[in-house]
Formats: sequence, C-alpha cells, structure tokens
Amino acid sequence: MASVVGIIFSNIHDKNVSELTRRRTMASVPFGCRYRLIDFTLSNLVNSGITHVGVVTHYNYQSLMDHIGTGKDWDLARRSGGIKILPPFITAFANTQNSLYNTRLEAMKSMIEFISSCKEEYVILSDCDIICNIDLGEMINAHIASGADMTMAVKRMYITHDVRNAEVVESDAEGRITDISEANGIVTGYRDINLNIIVMQRKYLVNLIMDATAHGYDSFTKDIIAKNLENCDYRVYRYDNYFAAVNSLTDYYMCNMDLLSSSARDSLFNVKNRPVYTKIRNSSPTTYEEGSNVKNSLIADGCVIYGTVENSILFRGVKVGKNTVIKNSILMQDTLVGENVDLNCVITDKDVVIRDGRVLSGHETKPFYIDKLTVV
Amino acid sequence: MIKKKECVAMLLAGGQGSRLYLLTQRVAKPAVSFGSKYRIIDFTLSNCINSGIDTVGVLTQYQPLALNEYIGNGQPWDLDRTFGGVMVLPPYQGQKRADWYKGTANAIYQNLHFLDKYDPDYVVVLSGDHIYKMDYSAMVDYHKRMGAACTIAVIDVPLSEASRFGIMNTDENMQVYEFEEKPKNPKSTLASMGVYVFSKKQLYEYLIADEADENSDKDFGKNVIPAMLGAGEKLFAYPFKGYWKDVGTINSLWEANMDLLGDRPALNLNNGNWRIFARHSSNPPHFLGYGAQVENSLVTGGCEIYGTVINSVLSSGVKVAKGAVVKDSVIMKDCVISENARVEYSIMDSDTVVGVNASVGEAKDAGKGIALVGFGLNIKAGTKVPGGAMVDEAFLASLEAGKEEA
Repeated sequence: MASVVGIIFSNIHDKNVSELTRRRTMASVPFGCRYRLIDFTLSNLVNSGITHVGVVTHYNYQSLMDHIGTGKDWDLARRSGGIKILPPFITAFANTQNSLYNTRLEAMKSMIEFISSCKEEYVILSDCDIICNIDLGEMINAHIASGADMTMAVKRMYITHDVRNAEVVESDAEGRITDISEANGIVTGYRDINLNIIVMQRKYLVNLIMDATAHGYDSFTKDIIAKNLENCDYRVYRYDNYFAAVNSLTDYYMCNMDLLSSSARDSLFNVKNRPVYTKIRNSSPTTYEEGSNVKNSLIADGCVIYGTVENSILFRGVKVGKNTVIKNSILMQDTLVGENVDLNCVITDKDVVIRDGRVLSGHETKPFYIDKLTVV
Repeated sequence: MIKKKECVAMLLAGGQGSRLYLLTQRVAKPAVSFGSKYRIIDFTLSNCINSGIDTVGVLTQYQPLALNEYIGNGQPWDLDRTFGGVMVLPPYQGQKRADWYKGTANAIYQNLHFLDKYDPDYVVVLSGDHIYKMDYSAMVDYHKRMGAACTIAVIDVPLSEASRFGIMNTDENMQVYEFEEKPKNPKSTLASMGVYVFSKKQLYEYLIADEADENSDKDFGKNVIPAMLGAGEKLFAYPFKGYWKDVGTINSLWEANMDLLGDRPALNLNNGNWRIFARHSSNPPHFLGYGAQVENSLVTGGCEIYGTVINSVLSSGVKVAKGAVVKDSVIMKDCVISENARVEYSIMDSDTVVGVNASVGEAKDAGKGIALVGFGLNIKAGTKVPGGAMVDEAFLASLEAGKEEA
C-alpha cells in the first residue's frame, strides 16, 4: 500500500454541540456507549494500515489527551510514526492579536512543520466527527488510480430545507468535482455531501498551504478547492454505507438512537477486519439484578441495573436504581441514577447524579441535557 | 548489578487441569474463561500489579499457545516494563539436559537463573488457577515482620471440607509446626491457598537440596515445605480473609461464576480500587432487544440478547435469539443460542451453536449435574442434550445415531 500519513482536526465543528464541547473537543465527545467521536476516524485510519497520525488541537484538549494517552489502544504507540498530538503552535512574541486559528486552513498553516517533516507520500485529512466505518485503503487506491490531484469522500444524502453546516458537492460522470457550495436551504433533494475526508499527495498539500499563506487565504474549501476546480483535477470518492454527522444536540441524540437499529450497528461495528477501537477502561461486566427490565437498549460494560431501561444508551459504569424507569435517554459514563426516578429524553453528561424520586423529561426534538458533574 | 527488584513473583501456570475435561483440551487451566470477560490467570496477574509487583515469571508447560498469546507482552496488566514485566518461562533444552517441569519446585528450580537476574530479596510463588483478590505486598510485609523463611497464605475452611486441602497446623503466633496434605482427620481448618513468600536464601537452599533428592516429587507442598519444617526453619501462616476459590473442577468453576451474581456478590468485580485487568478484543457495547428479559446475570460487550437470560454469566459476543432461554449457565465467547432453544445448568465453551428448539442440560433441581459443552460444536436443531452430559463431537454423533435407531 502507498505510504500515508493521517491528519485529524479535533476541534472542528465544536460549535455544533456547544453543550457537549464546553469542556472538551468535538473529538472527545462521548458517543455510542463507550466511544469518543475520534475513535471512528482513528479506527478507520488504523484499519486501513495508516499508523502515522497527527491530531490537530486548538483548545480544551485535556480530555482528548486523556483519551488518547500513548495511543496503544489503537495500536498507535510506535517507535516510528504512531499518534502525535499537535498543540496550537504560536511563535513567541508574534501573536499580537492574541487569537488562535479558526479554520482548517489556518490550523494547517501552523502544522506546516509537521506536514513537511513527514516521509509519507500521501496525506489524508479527516474531521473528527465522522461516524462511519470506511475503507480508506480503497479510497487511497482509487485516488492513485484516477491520477487526480485531490480526492474527496462524499455520500449521497437527502437534503432538507433546514440542513446547514453541510457542503454540497457536484461532480460530472467521471467523478470530477464541478462545484462545491454550502447547503443554503434552497438546494434540496438527494445530493452528494462532503464527508471531509480528503486524500492528496503530501507535497501537493504543502504547496497548497504555502500558496494559501502567501495569499492570506483562510478557508480550505472556499479559497482553495472552489477556486482551483477549473485548473485542477479534484474528484469524489463515493461512500454509501452508514454515516452520521453531529450538527446539533438533537442530531447527537438521534445519531445515538440510530444505534438501536441492528442495521446501523452492523455497518458501524460489525464490519469484518474493521473493529472500532477505544480506550480500554477495564470495567467489570454489566450486572443485571433481580427485577431489572431492559428492552431495546445498548449497554456498555460496568453498569449495574436494578430498574427499567427502554430505548436508551448507557455508557460505562452507569448505575440504575430500583423502581427507576429510564426511557429514550442517553446516560454517559458513571451517571448514577437513584431509586424511583423517571427519565425520558434526557442526556446526562459524565458523572451526573440523579437523586431518588426525580422526574425529568425532554422531548426527542429537544432532549434535556444535564451538564457534567451536576447533581439533580 | 545496578538494578534489582525487592520482590519477584513466580506464577505456576503449567497445570493441565484435567478435572475441567473439555475446557482444558486446547488450553491450560489458567487460560480458561471466567466471569464474562476474564481468564482465570487475570486474577493472579492483576493481584501482582495491584500489589506493586511488576516482575512476574509465568511457568507454562501444558498447551501453552493460548496462554502465551494471551499474556503477550503483558500490556493489559501494565506488565510491559523495560526492567521486569511479565515473562513466559517454558521448559527448555539446556546445554546438559532438557527436561519438562517435573513438579512445582522443579519448575522454579529450572528458572533460578531468571531470578538471579533480578536478585530479589523475596520470591512470591503463586498458582494461576485460583480466583481471589489479594494484596501480596501486605503478606510480604508480614513475612518480613515475622522474620520468616517462608510464609504460606491460609484461609479458614469449614472443618467438614478441610480434608480436601493442604492443612497448616500452627501455634498461637501463627508459626507452622506441621503441614498435612489432605489429612483424613484435620487438626485445624487453615487451608493453604497455594500462595507462598520465600526469602531468597532459603528458597535457593531448599530447592537445590530438593533437586538433589532422587526420591522427591519436586513439589512445594509435598517436599519442600516439609523439608523446611523438618530442618527447623521459621514458617508462618498468613491468614487471609476474603473470597478465594480453587476453580479446579466443573462444579467449583460454575459456583465461582455464580458467586459474581446478585445484589451483594461474594466476589465483587465492580471495584475501582482493585481492578481486575484483562486482554480485550474490541467488542461493541451489548444490545438487549424488545423480547429480552435479563435478570441476575452478567453480560459484556458484543452480546445481542433477544431472549431470556436468568442467573447466568455470558462472555463477549454471545447471541441469544428470540424465545431462547439461558438459565443457571456459564456461556463462553461467541456462542449462539438459536430461537426457542433452551440451555439450563450448563457450562458451554466458546463458539458453540445451539440450534433452533434444541435443549442443553436440565433444571438445576433435577439433580443430573452440570452439562459441559465443548468448543466449536454445532448442536443441531431439536437435539436434546440431557443434564450432566459431557458434550463433544463423539457424544453428539452417538446422540444422533440413537435418534435414527429410534
């Protein structure tokens, strides 16, 4: 296989779910009982044989560093290559405006040293909030075979009037990109959406960044890709399996609930040779006590359940007391729910305590979010 | 030598565990699955690292492949160290001789050069087939305080069962004056747990002497400990209070699994202060469908349950289909219990498929005993496996033949 280095942007789209990213990066947002969002991208890279990965960080990245550690849970603790966290780079005394970068391109400008010092021929850029199980090896091979300057993964999805934060990609019969634009509420129907996974030659990327620095560009899609479409050969790579993007707290809720369908689980978790890795916590197995009643729920290890749980997602170490009824909810790591509690459409962040007898409810279009370490 | 270790553990993991029959046909006893996501050896390895002992020699002999692979570089237990860590020590061919390990004492004797490298003051000798959580460092402290040559951990057992164990007879200061292996008329109820702390000097001395004795069985319990007592060395019993279980038989393995269940389990695994580490495969979270009814059971990653699971321990990746019932059973990795099948009072090794409407085992109250089902079997639809059966390919074939005749 071609030699490839991966670069992941960990703070991208933080604002989409500001509740969840107040104390963490988008990359370390908990998802699906035992994962963090970055696990999907990291696993996709590792499962495609890409073992040199840079993670671009911006702020709030303590939780991300905790999660990644040495990288050994993804088999990325390596002598050569492996995972590297790239903290924001500011030249001493140079930063008079006291501001950090905000866009992908600005982030890359500060990572230029890392990118230039890599030995790999190709580079794959990926966002951290791409929930899918994609064979990147196949994408890279398609890129090489086509001889394109750049290849972008897209997925055909139905666009409604209220979709924002998505980039619509138009391409011709050969897969050459003809236009790229932000969803504006006017374009609707089945469209190819940019998954923000991009492959190109590393040297090509270095040149793009140099050029962008010289011209003072700041948007990768608008200033570079869109402007170069006529002169350069940019292509799409079509992916059409399970994909979820988290654009809002409601999206976050829905994407988690998606996992209650076996088809979503099968195409995300049960793909041969492509397991999803995460940090190992050595939780004990989950204990179901006498009288527990759990239906249609996805449960991680380390839980102790006495009560009733339906249509819910329980993260590691959640405790559910007697006579408690939890429905349509997401309870993150180590949430403690007492006795006689009633929860419906609630998202509890890590280490939340719900005292005995509390009744809390949101609605599936507006789940009720409880911040980390809150006692209710 | 620049570096040394105060304490090194030697873990005896070579036993065949023949009383576990089908479960140990392919793997050594310490590698047998236990408690949903563990192997038996995880408890001893985790005890070591939790006690601050980071140098462990694992002595293997019988069917070592699975065990070697499982231990690997020791990373799951934090035993991948630059100096020390976990090392698998198989029997080897030396310049003068090549020998299997002839007994527990001989196994350590053949690896004295391993101990030399770390120059420990104390050697903890452990066996890899017990389920317990124990702080060895407290025992080493006790050993030092008593100025003992050897300290043996003991647990109080009921007098009626004492004749199954090695019994320590001690004076009021817990100094051992007599050791009796499986005595008919036990004088005390302090049973040896197979956990020893030796001071290095005496360990070397008595191992070398024992090796020279042609009549010796080269066993710690039978030979080395009695020899030390005979020579007047100071041996102390270290009383351990807590859960301890030898899982050498099908019944005790089943019981130990059941001891993890309930509101206040006899052995609580859900304790952050003394975690039991294990090597993980990347299983997704487990899923319980609409028809699921799971009570008083342990379930872990990768399981998909649409049927009924009661009083049971399920390992990773077990599928229980709609209408299927699993009761009072231990089901190991990746087994499939198909629709309307029934498994009762059984231990089932991994990768076995129970077909539609088939039944395995009989209710616990029926008194037929535990049905033991081997690895990777395909129990065809409608098959009825009686309680207490030992199910392997041959058994299934004869069951099939019997059905055709009838």
